[in-house]
Amino acid sequence: MYEGAVQDLIDELGRLPGVGPKSAQRIAFHLLQIDGPDAQRLADAITRVKDTIRFCARCWNVSEAEECRICQDPRRDPAVLCVVEEPRDVLAIERTREYRGRYHVLGGAISPIDGVGPEELHIRELLARVGEEPVEELIIATNPNVEGEATASYLSRLLTHHDVRVTRLASGLPVGGDLDYADEVTLGRAFVGRRELGA
Amino acid sequence: MQLRHLELVDVRSYDRASLDLPVGATVLVGPNAQGKTNLLEAVQRVATGGSHRVAGDGPLVRVGEEVGLIRCELETDVGRRRRVEVEIGTGRRTRTRVDGQDVRRAAEAIGVLRAVLFAPEDLTIVRGDPGDRRRFLDELLSQRRPAFAAARADYDRALRQRNQLLKRSRHLSGSASEAAAVTIAAWTEQLVTLGSQLLAARIAAVRTLAGPVDRCYRDLADRPETVGVRYRSSAGQVVDELLEEADQGPVPAVAPLAQALAGAYQEVAGEERARGVTLVGPHRDEVELTIGALPAKGYASHGEAWSLALALKLATFDVLAEVGDRPVVLLDDVFAELDTTRRDRLAAACERFDQVLVTAAVEADVPLSGHRIDVRLVDGVTRLEPRTRELPS
Repeated sequence: MYEGAVQDLIDELGRLPGVGPKSAQRIAFHLLQIDGPDAQRLADAITRVKDTIRFCARCWNVSEAEECRICQDPRRDPAVLCVVEEPRDVLAIERTREYRGRYHVLGGAISPIDGVGPEELHIRELLARVGEEPVEELIIATNPNVEGEATASYLSRLLTHHDVRVTRLASGLPVGGDLDYADEVTLGRAFVGRRELGA
Repeated sequence: MQLRHLELVDVRSYDRASLDLPVGATVLVGPNAQGKTNLLEAVQRVATGGSHRVAGDGPLVRVGEEVGLIRCELETDVGRRRRVEVEIGTGRRTRTRVDGQDVRRAAEAIGVLRAVLFAPEDLTIVRGDPGDRRRFLDELLSQRRPAFAAARADYDRALRQRNQLLKRSRHLSGSASEAAAVTIAAWTEQLVTLGSQLLAARIAAVRTLAGPVDRCYRDLADRPETVGVRYRSSAGQVVDELLEEADQGPVPAVAPLAQALAGAYQEVAGEERARGVTLVGPHRDEVELTIGALPAKGYASHGEAWSLALALKLATFDVLAEVGDRPVVLLDDVFAELDTTRRDRLAAACERFDQVLVTAAVEADVPLSGHRIDVRLVDGVTRLEPRTRELPS
């Protein structure tokens, strides 16, 4: 245990995702050594993010305005909605530059163990959008784990009576890699999801 | 496959031990509580990723130490030299290296060294709960196909989620109950998808096992009775009918099993809602063992139960050897439990294994020729003393 302020900082850092006690200690002592302005800049960035960033009223992505930049962009195709769990998933898909539709961020996945049901997610808002906006296709891009799959299945059940096409992202092999480097689970799924050539 | 060299650093009762292992039989001899089983346990840990005695790596590290190291050098059936090192720690993450390279996930190292262990604890496969038999089957499948272990873990997770949801929505009524039904259905779909994969794999494994188990049992038992291994699904008649077909025809595909499972969930939906727990699925299935016309559990004599448990493990060897390398066989304290006739029969059965490591408190109990190593505890630390002269067979 260290003295007051240092220990407080270590405790706070230790609460961050992916930061263990050892890393928290290392970061804390790094912060102790850096110049005052550098530390101030970090503190300001955290404060500013909390003050100015909110969630888009339409898609629940992070935003500096009432609606996020993607929702405001007229070049985006309003007929396609990509449903993701977290704002960082939007970023991941944006990096592909393949997708020109809009998003809907659920804020997580259904997980009864963690007390997360459909009511805790932005699903009611999604249904409202499907009713109000000219949506033709929903691409469900929840994580390919048990909770993400259950959420995808829940959404497709909910939307059966709506006039909208529901699709799910494929899971398969990483591109540009060697087959023998793929882990067995991914390779197994890629086998199950194989497709006809030339079809 | 052969284990050529084994090194233990701060593992259980070992501070530092290094051992060259020959082809054929090696018998570790010494009184009880000297560290014989610890050595087999370490080999088993490297082969399967777990110990047969405890859950978790903590107890495998020598008391008072923080890190233990198990290093195995092996030679595959095609003569390739490989090395697996597992650094186990109390609390910290394990570090596993295969051929000098760190692996991304520990599961990747499972099955590099292939081993089949038989220990007195395995009597529970015959005498214990259905869960013990499912575990036996799932461990075999995980060593054979790494994807199975992943599907099994996902199934367990989905099951926990669904049970939690059923428990919470037990006292709902009206529209809240209807809303919960949709969420439950989403989880049912996960159980159906994952469960049908487990089912198909287990049914196939039971089929492959049945022949070798029967053969191995006849090799060991006094009365050559027919041994049966059958899979019994908790999902009721539809799956049972598919299983009947499976006994003759090809193993049922995943799709019809999924359909049957989905039907079973529909049938018990009301009861599941009322009781707040998942009532059907691979987590409630049974692997039925019979000797002659009688179920082994409850009817088998002590000797019969031992022979059957042993036969199941020896058959595991055949099933694993079907795909990939022939496993190393580990027999922990087995001979002492058998009568003279069965000892001789087990020794004869061991002849088809490339390499077998045996522990025994009394050397005369083991009618196997081969290498002998004396195991004794000196000042709280296990010492291995290989004998230079081999005993005549």
